[in-house]
Amino acid sequence: MLRFNILVFACLTYATLLFVVAFWAEKRAEAGRLGWLRSPIVYTLSLSVYCTAWTFYGAVGYAVRSGLEFVSIYLGPSLMMIGWWWILRKLVRIGRTHRITSVADLISSRYGKSTTLGVLVTLLAVIGTTPYIALQLQSVATSFAVFGVNDPTGAVQTDLDKTALWVAAGLALFTILFGTRNLDANERHHGVVTAIALEAVVKFFALVCVGLFVVWGLTDGWGDLIDRIDASPVSSHPISGTRWITITMLSAAALITLPRMFQVLVVENSDENHLFTAGWFFPLYLFGMSLFVIPIAVVGLQVLPDGSNPDMFVLTLPLHYDQRFLATFSFLGGFSSATSMVIVAAIALSTMVSNHIVMPIWLKARKGGATVSGDVRSVVLYARRLSIFGVLALGYLYFHFSGGSEALASIGMISFTGVAQVLPAMLGGIFWRGATRVGAILGVVIGFVIWAYTMFLPSFGEAAGFTAELMAEGPLGIGLLRPQALFGVTGVDPVVHAVAWSLAINTLVFLLGSLFSFPRPVERLQGAQFVNVFEHSGTARGWSHGFAETEDLLVMAQRILGASEAQALFHAAAAEQGKEGYLPDATPEFIERLERKLAGSVGAATAHAMLAQIAGGVLVSVEDLMAVADETAQMMEYSNQLEMKSEELSRTARKLREANEKLTQLSIQKDAFLSQISHELRTPMTSISAFSEILRSAGQEGDLDAESLERFSSIIHDEALRLTRLLDDLLDLSVLESGSVSLNWTRTNLHDVIDRAMGAVMQGRDGVGIRIERNEFSEHIAMETDADRLSQVFINLITNARKYCDAEQPTLKIQVRRIGQDDVQIDFIDNGTGIPADKQTVIFEKFSRITDHAKAGSAGLGLAICREIMANLGGTIAYLPGQGGAAFRLDLPRVRTR
Amino acid sequence: MPLYLARASYRRRRLIDALRLLPFLLFGLWLLPLLWGGAGTDTPVGAGGRSFVHVFVVWALGIAVAAWLARRLRRAEGPIEPLSAKDIAEAQEEGRR
Repeated sequence: MLRFNILVFACLTYATLLFVVAFWAEKRAEAGRLGWLRSPIVYTLSLSVYCTAWTFYGAVGYAVRSGLEFVSIYLGPSLMMIGWWWILRKLVRIGRTHRITSVADLISSRYGKSTTLGVLVTLLAVIGTTPYIALQLQSVATSFAVFGVNDPTGAVQTDLDKTALWVAAGLALFTILFGTRNLDANERHHGVVTAIALEAVVKFFALVCVGLFVVWGLTDGWGDLIDRIDASPVSSHPISGTRWITITMLSAAALITLPRMFQVLVVENSDENHLFTAGWFFPLYLFGMSLFVIPIAVVGLQVLPDGSNPDMFVLTLPLHYDQRFLATFSFLGGFSSATSMVIVAAIALSTMVSNHIVMPIWLKARKGGATVSGDVRSVVLYARRLSIFGVLALGYLYFHFSGGSEALASIGMISFTGVAQVLPAMLGGIFWRGATRVGAILGVVIGFVIWAYTMFLPSFGEAAGFTAELMAEGPLGIGLLRPQALFGVTGVDPVVHAVAWSLAINTLVFLLGSLFSFPRPVERLQGAQFVNVFEHSGTARGWSHGFAETEDLLVMAQRILGASEAQALFHAAAAEQGKEGYLPDATPEFIERLERKLAGSVGAATAHAMLAQIAGGVLVSVEDLMAVADETAQMMEYSNQLEMKSEELSRTARKLREANEKLTQLSIQKDAFLSQISHELRTPMTSISAFSEILRSAGQEGDLDAESLERFSSIIHDEALRLTRLLDDLLDLSVLESGSVSLNWTRTNLHDVIDRAMGAVMQGRDGVGIRIERNEFSEHIAMETDADRLSQVFINLITNARKYCDAEQPTLKIQVRRIGQDDVQIDFIDNGTGIPADKQTVIFEKFSRITDHAKAGSAGLGLAICREIMANLGGTIAYLPGQGGAAFRLDLPRVRTR
Repeated sequence: MPLYLARASYRRRRLIDALRLLPFLLFGLWLLPLLWGGAGTDTPVGAGGRSFVHVFVVWALGIAVAAWLARRLRRAEGPIEPLSAKDIAEAQEEGRR
């Protein structure tokens, strides 16, 4: 016999290995170097938590008791997995898009983030899973006992109860360590998943090795084996058709409804494409786990003494032949099966309990809960840890009080049926937009009640008051209500009876409830999002504009996500909105994104509730409702959008046309400008070249008198000056037009500026030549401007008046007015004939001259320059008609406008 | 759209159909043992090594076909959804902005 102490040592070593592996994987995940740890193989292996100790030990016992029927428990999940394109693909996509954290979160989130449903499903999951955890503890304890039974020298007494307690405590420690290390927004546990994958490999090879030992060690190969199977009592059990079909379907449903399966399938999924591999690899795993069950059962029945526990054949067969190593390996396989299930189930349940029961209560208990200070993360984490502890304690207590005597298979079936009660709500939720919260609540509640009445409570027997009398006669003697023959359905297997009644009535109530109730807006929104998850990969919108203070949101997010992650999220969002710093605008998109991020940590309902406290309630806009309306409406919306788009296109086209016209005109203007300029340049150049020609030939011949010499050279000089002036003006204009002129802003008195302009004009050759009327008193206005530039404008206007005023006694009136506090108006009015109406619009254009060229004696850039200067000073210049002469009005701000 | 592209997406959709139908086929095949033996014969329904072999052979074949389909499907990977639905989603995204 194997020394029991060695076994305990092996077991502890193995557990230590698991800790090390989990720790190593966590470290790698933190460093972002997951590599093959997130490969589809690891994903598939993690799905093996489906195979618990119930599979490892129980399958053989089941086969001994019922023959081939045991295999239906693995056929169902194989079917579900092979047909992954139907349901799993959608579940995984929804899980990833909406950051679903558990089954309860999925259901609650789908039905309008309902807290009630979250609580219901959580309770159902806890009640349905606790016996299953007890079952795992029992199997580990029993397997220890198998070894310890003949070894009184063992350091540890083989007390079932104590063993179970120790195992439970160890598992609680592991799960708390690696299941609640961090509050990851994705709710993924790389350490746990890696450890589970390792355990999957161990239990697979343990069972296969025992199988190979049986087939090739104890029989003469497959041919002999088939003969033995035919002769064995194992294969003389008839297959019950109804059980065969029911259990296949039930186990298929269990694959998606069991909390632990949902955890590894959906929540821990890191890549949707892993399903391509898992779709065939997981059935292969189940195939391998089941293949040797019948041979082990057949051979075990033949060779082991009568009365051996068939549930322990996997251990007792190698022990019987004194295969110590194989027996230890097999023991570790069973240990792996039990522990991996308990760990994942505890994580899944603790997530549900903390997100759907503890957090809502905590939020309610504190008024304005989401906005008070303190770290919510620690609350969530403590809730998780306490929940894990609580779940394992419940499992242990169940084991302790039920005495651990029941056959393994029946508890498994009870658990499957219990959690399958969420199936109608789940499938209805992801495939039918008409499914409502009311229907889901009614269905789950009724299904739960029927399950409890027909299956769960009867399993306790007398203890729960389900006496033999009640089972036979019904409550108060009402035969129609007999727990295992409801409504007179007799002669059916109790499992089939319970599954059929609970799921049938559950589905019916769910459908009727959905048909006759009316969903709330959020429900409809979520419904459309879930059902059409492949079309709408965008986000559901439940928030309307502008209610949230971003700073409050940041404070809250920091407490759930942790300071640095929250700040990074806000910073990124702000950057996307083109803002700097850490506070983006609280747009609906941003709040939605934040909600999802938070939902990854605390569940959809809680995240929604917390945000609602800050963002001011759930508001669904008309636009959002449009998105959830019927397909027709969707199509209408689509065509509307197309219409809008084409309108937008034609608007753009119009703009382009306008721009094109403008460009064409500009090009024409530019051509005109160039020809003007060359004309302007050519005229003086012609004179200069002509007179310099004369001077040159005179210099050769020497026949020019002094008077002519002086006249000609002064003409050349004048023309050269005129050219320079023209070029100066052009340069000035181009600088002004490009806006790159640097102005010398100073505070000055307007009176001084006008004086300066007058002085400059009088310095000229011809004196003033015009009478100026001023009201000097009104000119004393302090203003902030560029005095040089402003006086340039004045000089221009005074010179123009002198040049063009055709009155007998030319007079120029300069009137200054102050308009309000901040504006100054200056009018220059002469008493000439003024400018004809048809020319008034062009006088500010370049090279525009009203009179002929010779008389003007300038290029016609003056007013154009004035206009540019005024624009640069922040003012305007305009021609003022109807003043009895040419009149220009200048409007200027008194202080610089910035 | 060029002809071969349309063909590829057609082929892909039929592959998906096959993958979807496969579980139903397997389920049907696994029901077969229920028709063996029973009343009128001297063996119980579905008993004996024959059912055992049948169930596991069907299982193995099913896994092989599923793996083959998954491989073909991965190679033929293209737009996952029909174009029109995707366009609608995109248009809606546009509209939201």
